Amino acid sequence: MKSFLIPFFVVLPLGAAFLVVLVPTRLRKIADVLANLCALMLLIAAGIVCVKGITGVYFVGGWEIPVGISMVLDGFSGLMLLTISVITFASTLYSVSYMEQFTWKTKFYCLFLLMVAGMNGVVLSGDFFNLFVFLEIASIASYALVGYGCRHEELEATFKYLALGNLAALCVLLGVAFVYGLTGTLNMADFSIRTAGYMNNGLLIALALFLTGFGLKAALVPMHAWLPDAHPSAPTPISAMLSGVFIKATGVYALVRVSMNVFPPMQLTHEIILVLGGLSMVVGVFMAIGQWDFKRLLAYHSISQIGYVMIGIGLGTPLGILGAVYHLINHAAFKSLLFLGAGAVEYQTGTRQLRQMGGLRQRMPVTSSSTLIASLAISGLPPFNGFFSKVIIIWACVQANRYGYAVAAVIVSVMTIASFMKVQKYAFFGKLKEKWGKIKEVPATMQIAMVFLAVLCLLMSLLIVPALRDVVLQPAVDSIIAGTNYVTFAGGL
Amino acid sequence: MIYGLCILLFLIGLYAVVTKHNLIKIVIGFIIMENAINLFLIMLGYRMGGKAPIIWQDAAGKADIAAFANSAVDPLPQALVLTSIVISLGVTALMVAICLRVYQRYGTFDISKIRRLKG
Repeated sequence: MKSFLIPFFVVLPLGAAFLVVLVPTRLRKIADVLANLCALMLLIAAGIVCVKGITGVYFVGGWEIPVGISMVLDGFSGLMLLTISVITFASTLYSVSYMEQFTWKTKFYCLFLLMVAGMNGVVLSGDFFNLFVFLEIASIASYALVGYGCRHEELEATFKYLALGNLAALCVLLGVAFVYGLTGTLNMADFSIRTAGYMNNGLLIALALFLTGFGLKAALVPMHAWLPDAHPSAPTPISAMLSGVFIKATGVYALVRVSMNVFPPMQLTHEIILVLGGLSMVVGVFMAIGQWDFKRLLAYHSISQIGYVMIGIGLGTPLGILGAVYHLINHAAFKSLLFLGAGAVEYQTGTRQLRQMGGLRQRMPVTSSSTLIASLAISGLPPFNGFFSKVIIIWACVQANRYGYAVAAVIVSVMTIASFMKVQKYAFFGKLKEKWGKIKEVPATMQIAMVFLAVLCLLMSLLIVPALRDVVLQPAVDSIIAGTNYVTFAGGL
Repeated sequence: MIYGLCILLFLIGLYAVVTKHNLIKIVIGFIIMENAINLFLIMLGYRMGGKAPIIWQDAAGKADIAAFANSAVDPLPQALVLTSIVISLGVTALMVAICLRVYQRYGTFDISKIRRLKG
C-alpha cells in the first residue's frame, strides 16, 4: 500500500503555490521553472498511479473512519488525476511565454497551483465536508483567475461566475448539513454503510441539493449561463484548464461520485442525468454554431460535449459508462488544445473575432495544424480519439433502447463538424489578410504545449485497443459500476 | 420549526440574490444565505440545556464519559461552521473586491447597466 502517494497530490501544488508567490517579479524565470517542475512531478506521479493501478486509502492524521478524514484513491480518481496533471503540464508550459503580457506572473502561478491543489483534493476526497472545502479552494482560485485581466468584460464575467459558483457551493454545503443532520456522519463510506440503500425524503433533499450544486459547477444546461462568459474571459491557459478539467473535476466527477457511489444508484437519478445531458448536448451546439468569438464558440462546445459525457453516465450500462469516461478524457485533450490554439491566435493578432482573421495557416503553421487536429477530433472524425468515444456512446444508447438520444447525438455531432468547418475556413484557410502579413508563429514553449496535446489526441485513439483499455479506462469504469460497493474499498475494509 | 426558520432565512437571501439589481445587495444576499446555513449546522448539534463539549482529563471515568456524551452539545458542527465562516469570509472579500473594480470601470453598481456580454 503506497498510500503516502495520495496526500502528495494535494501537498505538492499547495506548497509550491506559497513558494512561488515569494519569488520577486524581477526573477520570474525562477517562478516559471518552479511551476513547471511542480507540474512535471505531478504528471510523473499521476502516470505511475495510473499505469501501475495503485489504489489505496489514506487517513489524515492517522485517524481511522468514521472519526477522521479519509482520502480515497480508486480507479476513477486515478484517471482524473492523470487527466488533471496532463492538462496542467501543457498549460503551465504554455503560460511561460503567454503570461508575459500580464503583470505579476508569480501571483498567476500561485493561483494556478492553488486551483490544481483544490481539484486534486476534490477527486481524492472521501469525506463530504472535505469535498466542499477543496471545491471552494479550487473555485476561489478560479474566480480570481477569470478576472485576472481586469478589463470590463472580464470583471462582469467574474461577478456572474462568482455569484453562480457561490450559489453552487452553498447548495453543496446545505446538502452536507442535511447529510450530517440525518445520519450523523460525514464520511462517504460510513454514510453508505449507515443508510444501506435506504432513502427517505430528507436524504432525497440532500441528493437534490448535491445534484444542483455539482450540476451548476458542471454547467449542465438550465444552469449553464455563467460558462460562456467565464471561460473566454480567463487568460488562455486558464480557459484550457477550466474547460478541460475544472468543470469535470468539480462538476462531473463529484456528481458521479456522490450520485452513483455514495447515494444508492436509483432510476430517478439516472433519468435526471440523462435529461440534463441531452439538453446540454443539443442546446450547447445550437448556441455555439452562431458564435463569431473564437473562445466563446469553444465554451459553448464544452457545454455540448459535457452533455455527451452525462448521457453515457445516465445510461448506467457498462458500455455507456466506458464511453463517458473515454469521452471525458478525450474532451480534456482536444478542448484544451483548441483553447490554446485560440489563445495563440489572439496572442499574435490581438483579436478573437473569426471574421477579422483569415489565411493564418500561411503564417502560423504549427498552431494551425494542431488546431486542425483538435477540430477533427472534437467533430468525431476517424482516426482521432473523439470518433471512438462518440461511437461508443451512440452504440450504448442504441443498446439501451434510447434511440432518441442516439439520433440526437448523431445530429449534434454533424452540427459540431459544421461549426468547426466555419472556424477553420474563417481563421486558418482562405486568403491571408494584408494586416496579418507580418505576424509570426508563437514562441517555442507555446508550440511545444500545443504539439504535445495534438500528439495526445492521436495517441488516445489507441485506448480503444482492449489491452490498453483494460489498463487505463477499465479501472475507472469498474469503480463507477461498483455502485455502493465503493464502501468496502473506501472504508479500508 | 426552528429549522424551518433557518430555511426561511436562506430563502430570504436567495430572494435578494435573484431579484436585486444592486451588486452590493446581491453580496448581502449571499452573506445572509451563508449565515442561514451556518445557523442550521449549529442547530443540528444543539441540545436544549446542553453543556459545552469540554472534558477534563481527571474526570475520565467510564460513567462520566457516558453521562458527558448524553449531556454535551455536538462539537463537530461547531468545527464545521468555523471552517465555513473562514471560507465565506474569503468569498465575500473577493466578491466585494470585484464589486469595487466593477464600479471603477462602469461607474455603477446596477447590474442592468453592466451588460456588455451577450449571446
